[in-house]
Amino acid sequence: MPVTTEDVAQVALLARLSIPEETMEDVTGRFTRVLELVAELQQVDTDGVVPMSNPHDMEQRLRADAVTEENRRDELQKPAPSVEDGYFLVPRVID
Amino acid sequence: MSWETVMGLEVHLQLATASKIFSGAANKFGADPNSQACAVDLGMPGMLPVLNEQAVRYAVMFGLGIDARIGKRSIFDRKNYFYPDLPKGYQVSQFFEPIVCEGVFQVPLSDGSLFPIRITRAHLEEDAGKSVHDRFPGQTGVDLNRAGTPLLEIVTEPDFRTAEQAVAYLKALHSLVTYLGISDGNMAEGSMRCDINLSLRPTGSDSYGTRTEIKNVNSFRFVEKAIAAETARQQELLEDGVSIVQETRLYDADRDETRSMRSKEVANDYRYFPEPDLLPIVLTDDYIDSVRQALPELPAAKRERFIAQYQLSDYDAALLVSSPDMAAYFEKAVTLCDEPKAIANWMLGDLSAALNKEGIPVSQSPVEPQNLAGLVARITDGTLSSKLGKQVFEALWQGEGSADQIIEARGLRQVSDTGALEKLVADVMSENQDQVAQYRAADSSKQKKLIGFFVGQIMKASKGQANPQLINKILTEALDSD
Repeated sequence: MPVTTEDVAQVALLARLSIPEETMEDVTGRFTRVLELVAELQQVDTDGVVPMSNPHDMEQRLRADAVTEENRRDELQKPAPSVEDGYFLVPRVID
Repeated sequence: MSWETVMGLEVHLQLATASKIFSGAANKFGADPNSQACAVDLGMPGMLPVLNEQAVRYAVMFGLGIDARIGKRSIFDRKNYFYPDLPKGYQVSQFFEPIVCEGVFQVPLSDGSLFPIRITRAHLEEDAGKSVHDRFPGQTGVDLNRAGTPLLEIVTEPDFRTAEQAVAYLKALHSLVTYLGISDGNMAEGSMRCDINLSLRPTGSDSYGTRTEIKNVNSFRFVEKAIAAETARQQELLEDGVSIVQETRLYDADRDETRSMRSKEVANDYRYFPEPDLLPIVLTDDYIDSVRQALPELPAAKRERFIAQYQLSDYDAALLVSSPDMAAYFEKAVTLCDEPKAIANWMLGDLSAALNKEGIPVSQSPVEPQNLAGLVARITDGTLSSKLGKQVFEALWQGEGSADQIIEARGLRQVSDTGALEKLVADVMSENQDQVAQYRAADSSKQKKLIGFFVGQIMKASKGQANPQLINKILTEALDSD
């Protein structure tokens, strides 16, 4: 499955990755090889095989609905570059 | 050309759990920014989600409440997109195998008929945080208290044709979830948010036009207005030969129009894949049965019972069962005074008007069921006229005691003593001899007007306490016999 540099640019945008122009060709080539590997896997006959959503043959454990966390805002906001009045501040994003 | 509007709705319902869906942080509205966001909610490295059993139970309760098929093995998936109020860069949702599968929800319309809406699915997911754009110049503030709030997203088939149907569905849904107790359904606080998928097609056509999605409409009235605005916009474009662009739009209530949210379009590829941090939810038949056994009486069943047991009209019954508190109030009052129709009339008339005026729910009504029952009892036994009843109601509202105490304290007892009434009639007639003469000379249509005048004078003289039926009888007899 050939991938174009535009496809790679779109995926990079969605993942918020920046790919330098000069490496674009190389990344596109490697991207294509990964997809070729997947295409090969897809040729395996999986008729009648239930899709596996998780490799562990187990069920989700549930927790009781109880508040067990207290407010640790000061500590949790320490690594943030910018906070004010309890808010995390980020570059302006608006619709 | 005439057009038909085709709509499907997606409702995001916040579940009323004590803690978040995947963490033990508190799930309460209105706390200080980020004071209820723990390391899991913030998406700190190494944090793992653990599913809240109550959120699962609530989802199953909803599914059983609309007779939907319950997914006995459902799976969480990652929905990937980039936005600052989504710290992990993905929302944990259910895409491939939801917990609630297809069902049919019977929506009561105002004429008493039922309108079936096909539910496609309802799935569990986590809410995102909130972005604040107008508080910090040039920056966006992020509050992650809401991140991880359990949501049930309820998706319908494109079964709606009118705004009225859409609003009726939302009201019925609101009623159902408050009966189930799984959400407070508060639209103003975002507990119930509605996305509208809307397209037009020429009337009679059975293919679908290109649709737009109006996001996050947060009141019944705005749903109605957003549908009208978007229908008008699409119709104008189509009639000018312009094709509709499939996109996400926002309803702007101030301008009463929808506008495009362009930034959402770039990211419209969510690259779902199974969430490796969570295992499948497996539900046994025993578990599902135990949830079913514990369901309360739901609005549809209660409505049927009210009609049969209390001989109420479809309309009155639908209004009374619309909230569990209303229905409980009604039944409590009826056990104290067996006059269901009169109780219903007072509740849907004066009581509802007073509650709306003060903007308080029936659960906080200063007039309690026993007060209203006491009032209706005194009207039924003839102690009060309906006009005096209104005075007593006002006094009950002001907290002046029980109906009997108010009647006693204010001397509001209706006068039904014939002797006393005859004297009142005679007094008023002798004070208004000109009108008496006019009456006797007049034809029957003029006489009716003059009767009104006399009744008014007599009621005034009796301070509203004369029994109006008796007054009419005594007055007519006195006027007609010279």
